Amino acid sequence: MHQFEVQPIFDGFTLFGQQISFTNSALWMFLVLGLLYVFMMGGMKRELVPGRWQIMVEGIVGFVDNIIATSIGPNGKKYTPWVFTLFMFILFSNLLGMMPFGIIPGIHPFTVTSQFTVTGLLAAISFSIVLVVGFWKHGFKFFSLFIPHGTPVVMIPLIFMVELLSFLVRPFSLALRLFVAMIAGHILIKVFANFVIQAIDAGGASWGIAVLSIIFIAFVSALELLVCAIQAYVFALLTSLYINDAENLH
Amino acid sequence: MPQISQLLEVYGSQFFWLLIVIGIIYFGIARNMVPKISKTVDDRQKRITDDLAAAQAAQDKAEQIETDYRTSINDARADALGNINEAKAKAAKKNEAAVKRADTAFAKKADEADAALKAAKTAALKEIETVAAEAAQAIVSTVSGAKVSAADAKKAVKAAF
Repeated sequence: MHQFEVQPIFDGFTLFGQQISFTNSALWMFLVLGLLYVFMMGGMKRELVPGRWQIMVEGIVGFVDNIIATSIGPNGKKYTPWVFTLFMFILFSNLLGMMPFGIIPGIHPFTVTSQFTVTGLLAAISFSIVLVVGFWKHGFKFFSLFIPHGTPVVMIPLIFMVELLSFLVRPFSLALRLFVAMIAGHILIKVFANFVIQAIDAGGASWGIAVLSIIFIAFVSALELLVCAIQAYVFALLTSLYINDAENLH
Repeated sequence: MPQISQLLEVYGSQFFWLLIVIGIIYFGIARNMVPKISKTVDDRQKRITDDLAAAQAAQDKAEQIETDYRTSINDARADALGNINEAKAKAAKKNEAAVKRADTAFAKKADEADAALKAAKTAALKEIETVAAEAAQAIVSTVSGAKVSAADAKKAVKAAF
């Protein structure tokens, strides 16, 4: 659990009665930012015949464009920056948290996306965009989102409540999904690492358990790398689907 | 779980730094760099499309030129064939006429020659008869001493012929 703790590196200042200190979490956010900047700069050569790095950057940009194009359509172009920000920030945070920096003494990798505050704020911003766009474009007609086509008149109040509830749950499911996926993977690896140490301490036949646990850690790590990418994709995809509801309304 | 136990102490700094980082990514990278990268991709795509269209146009033009060339060469060939046939027919007609003319001339000449030959033959025969009669008269007179009149000798020679 220590790996999820937010520790101040130096005390900052007070804002609205809250201590804003520069924490390890903030440090890793800036590391993500720096890494992302370096990655993107590699794609800014703008050559006619792209190199490998440029192909990679252009591939990811095209990937996000594609998500927007398929789930929102031609109206979605203006949301590309936000979805791109989400996707890249989450992807880089997830991957940076998975990197084995821990083998260097004194360095504790920190997964920014394993903090509910972070995923919650990201989800809240996405949800706010949905609300603002929805009411801005459609006004009170936006509530018709909660009544699917062909609903019998008697059922409308009930369906409306159910749909409204599922709509209001969206930001929480969005935030929790990512947060839980990241924390679960890290804890799973930690648990098996614990097994290794305990088995070695016990000695004797327990060595088998230690070896087995290490093999398991390797597999879980591979799976986690996959989950890192999938969760970033899911977050971006769901955000664009929710925005699609607000933008196109059925 | 530190995420929950720490929530109240750290949410301020978490939100603060996250908003700054997200803001830099949104305005600095997503709104500034990404469109340029998209534009590079679009430009390249456009250039490829244009190049393909140009290549297609060039190919069409080449095909057009080839078709034109084929047509013109076929026309020329047909023309030449017509000319040759015409010339052949003309030459054949000319030859025929010339041959006809020559034939007539030859026939005339041959007739003349024939007539001359016949005349000569008759004259020669007559002469031979006369010579033979004279010879026969002389031979008779020499052998028998009898005198044969020229008219008798002539009659005898004619009978012998």
